Amino acid sequence: MAFARLLIRRLLFLLVVIWAASTITFFVPRLSPRNPVRERFAALARSGGFSPTDLEKIIAAYNTKFGFDKPLWRQYTDYVGSLARLDLGLSANQYPKTVIQLIQESLPWTITLLLTTTILSFIIGNLLGAVAAWPRAPNWLRSIATPFMLLQGVPPIILAVLLLFFLGFKLKLAPLGGAYSIGVIPHFSATFVWDLFKHQILPALSLIFGSVGGWVLSMRGMGVTIQGEDYVIFAEHKGLHGFTIFRDYFLRNALLPQVTGLALALGSVITSGILVEGVFGLPGLGSVLGAAIQSNDFLVIYGIVLFITVSVATMMVIVELLYPLLDPRIRV
Amino acid sequence: MTTIAISQPRVQQRSRMGQIFRYLRRNKSLAVGIFIIFLLIAFTVIGLLTISPSKAYPLQAASKKPPSLKYPLGTDFFGRNLYAAMAVGMWQTALIGVLAGAIGTMIGVVLGFTSAYFGGPLDAAIKGICQILTPIPGFLIQVIIAGSIDKRSVTIYTMAFIVVLLAWMGPTLVIRSQVLTMKERQFVSVAKLSGVGPMGIIFGEIMPNLLPFIAAAFVGQVFYSIFASFYLAVLGLGPLREPLLGNIIWSANGQGAFFNGWWWWPIEPAVAMILILGSLALINIGLDEVANPRVRKAE
Amino acid sequence: MTTVLQVNNLQVTYYTDSGRARALDGVNLTLNSGEKLGLVGESGSGKSTMALAMMRMIKLPGRIEGGQVIVDGNDLMALSEEEMLNARLSEITYIPQGAMNSLNPVMRIGAQMVDAIKAHDSKSSKSAIEERCMEALESVDLGRNVFRMFAHELSGGMKQRVCIAIGILLKPSVIIADEPTSALDVVTQRQVMETIDRVQKDIGCAVILIGHDMGLMCQFVDKVAVMYAGRLAEVSTVRQMFSDPKHPYAQALISSLPSLENKGVFHGIPGLAPSLLRLPSGCTFHPRCPHVMEVCKTTVPALRTVPGGAQVACHLYPEKA
Ligand SMILES: Nc1ncnc2c1ncn2[C@@H]1O[C@H](COP(=O)(O)OP(=O)(O)OP(=O)(O)O)[C@@H](O)[C@H]1O
Ligand code: SF4
Ligand SMILES: [Mg+2]
Repeated sequence: MAFARLLIRRLLFLLVVIWAASTITFFVPRLSPRNPVRERFAALARSGGFSPTDLEKIIAAYNTKFGFDKPLWRQYTDYVGSLARLDLGLSANQYPKTVIQLIQESLPWTITLLLTTTILSFIIGNLLGAVAAWPRAPNWLRSIATPFMLLQGVPPIILAVLLLFFLGFKLKLAPLGGAYSIGVIPHFSATFVWDLFKHQILPALSLIFGSVGGWVLSMRGMGVTIQGEDYVIFAEHKGLHGFTIFRDYFLRNALLPQVTGLALALGSVITSGILVEGVFGLPGLGSVLGAAIQSNDFLVIYGIVLFITVSVATMMVIVELLYPLLDPRIRV
Repeated sequence: MTTIAISQPRVQQRSRMGQIFRYLRRNKSLAVGIFIIFLLIAFTVIGLLTISPSKAYPLQAASKKPPSLKYPLGTDFFGRNLYAAMAVGMWQTALIGVLAGAIGTMIGVVLGFTSAYFGGPLDAAIKGICQILTPIPGFLIQVIIAGSIDKRSVTIYTMAFIVVLLAWMGPTLVIRSQVLTMKERQFVSVAKLSGVGPMGIIFGEIMPNLLPFIAAAFVGQVFYSIFASFYLAVLGLGPLREPLLGNIIWSANGQGAFFNGWWWWPIEPAVAMILILGSLALINIGLDEVANPRVRKAE
Repeated sequence: MTTVLQVNNLQVTYYTDSGRARALDGVNLTLNSGEKLGLVGESGSGKSTMALAMMRMIKLPGRIEGGQVIVDGNDLMALSEEEMLNARLSEITYIPQGAMNSLNPVMRIGAQMVDAIKAHDSKSSKSAIEERCMEALESVDLGRNVFRMFAHELSGGMKQRVCIAIGILLKPSVIIADEPTSALDVVTQRQVMETIDRVQKDIGCAVILIGHDMGLMCQFVDKVAVMYAGRLAEVSTVRQMFSDPKHPYAQALISSLPSLENKGVFHGIPGLAPSLLRLPSGCTFHPRCPHVMEVCKTTVPALRTVPGGAQVACHLYPEKA
């Protein structure tokens, strides 16, 4: 029963977040005195990008979404209504694809890359950070964490540029970009999977090296407090072996806040993820967003931002609902 | 209850400078971080003194020249003298970082403090807003904002403003939780019992204990602001004419600098960025040791 | 009566930023089986340091500089790391200052007892180990159901009892309880003391009780040791200590206790506790001592037995004739 109440509360919270995000994407463009939509279509019409009938359809689509002739509150309710029907509108650049279609096509790439790199860096970073905070660990083991802590300051996108230059361009150890080799037709075979994998190495390395340091740092900060806690010291007085204390008394307690940290970090994980995708030209959400920004494809920008926001908020709520399983003090 | 009279053994005071120096020698992260920051400042100051900032803009030099005596850091495709561009760009990056960081921290301290100290509906409201905004990836909101305004009218200050819009929740929450725990601590209760007023408690008891956290929050915010403005600029959402570090990388990427062999063009701002953010990270680690004495290593 | 604990010339130094702090400066102590000793002294006088040194748990920047801690004939200082791990809890037990936070919040109480036994005894069956834990819980007046509970479900007094139960799991020869009753209310303090008293009788070990509260403690101990600036000033029976303290510092301590006669008048001890970084030469108490003599400023008084049986480190009392 208590759990049902918590569930309802968190779902309501999720709704509020989604509402807040959609409201921001609705109002922010309107704060600008210019009308980017009109300017964009004027430019497109001049360059003759598509047929006049298509242009009319797109403008109609924009008008239902951003019907500038209607009163503001009607525009707003229409907009929220269309969101409720999961209608994010049409892409101006890749007409007649819908924004939802674009997201569906690119999402698997992003999920694969981000899921693996996030899990790997969470595990590696927290172990290294825990060891760095553990006074009884051998010094060489503790010092592995230091270079990662320094890398923590480097945005993954810079790592991406550097890795691309050194490993890809200079040493030719990995492909320079794209999802698979040029000229290969996607099919299911060992060679093709290997090709896919090779193209993911540099993006994955940039993301892992870019985020491990953050985990190391926060885990070390947490761990330094935990290792001085009375229960860790009492565990030593009990004559337990160092590894048992490390695992059961130190790590288990130090990891708890990190799980919350993981939920909080999801936003920045996705941010670096899409930027890195853009650099490597992987066909994920990031490249779609980058192209949309370059071509002022507003509905795609807003749609992707909303989609990511909702996903991040949903995952945070899931983590929060699972958290009591880890921490007995928060049993519902 | 009978208790033995309590008095603490006094610790001998050494000279202050000597102590700071001794401490820095042990707190290597802080020392190295501060050292790098000094190098960067020196580079920027010397750069701004020795070359006219106007050379940082397009068509001021022969284009695509590798580093040489004439152009110590080379020139780019558009004819910027990269030595001037780097000096101006670092200065602008620092300006955005410090400006947005300071404002963000200030807002955070005020909000976090009021929220935790006075509690009630105000606390609920501030906490609620932070909670609702936290799951929304701030950078994407900034993308929307920056993407919606006229790119020609974006200035360094607009950038700082956009960054600050979403940069105050972190410090607010940190300060709030610190004040909350401090409110529970003994020394505050003792001060309250002995009749010290709220202002006395805030400035006499809580503030001094909060300073390390405020300092850490400030460094963290500068870090965040530089990060965020850099990301926006890399996506081509910054003030395009200015030689911001992110802009230089953006334009280098746009012109395929690596593939054309103009390696110095993107590498220079990338290295500068690594040094800036790396030194801030080191200072953060160092301050962490100040705030968290148990990290301090034994001699 | 057999000697179970003998501490010889134990020395600990903390290497701090501002210099070396000699927190323990040649402490000697002997305890017989079944004896209960109360260790008192000002905050910072080195009581916890002494306890931790006996457990070989002094951490950097502290170092044990020398001395012996002989439990049941074995010098703990001579053991290997591995042997010392084994000696903790089975030979000598420390119940920490601040037992409130001494239990792992994310492990069940039972698991924290079981792992302690398993670390010392890999042969017993699971059910036998669990039975031992339950019995230990019962012997400190806790229900068997505590085995399945988490620390946050227990009151402060219950947590303190759990720590005691863990401490006696392996029936050690020496138990050191560091301020076991701080942060408890008066009724619970007394109950916890009675519990310690009873388990001590059950397993017949020697007990060192560290505390500030002389009034409470002295009802439970046989002997009192007074510590000053890292040295023992006086060790004597409770009766002697209260009726006829010998060392000037002990005298000051006793007379500063409130009693019916000096009601409302608080006699502090004049002067400040010395900095451990620059201890006074000779007797460390000499700057504050009303009876100070020339010899006190140059020569460290040794702890010696004076007529009447008390052990005192003070030049006022000549070597026993
Ligand atoms: N980790 C440490 N680093 C430096 N000095 C220390 C450390 N631990 C203890 N000391 C010093 O050693 C001296 C003795 O400390 P100890 O904790 O043994 O005192 P105590 O008698 O137990 O006091 P209390 O009654 O407050 O518990 C103190 O002066 C203290 O400053
Ligand atoms: S030795 Fe001297 S100074 Fe020390 S307590 Fe005895 S009389 Fe006082
Ligand atoms: Mg103590």
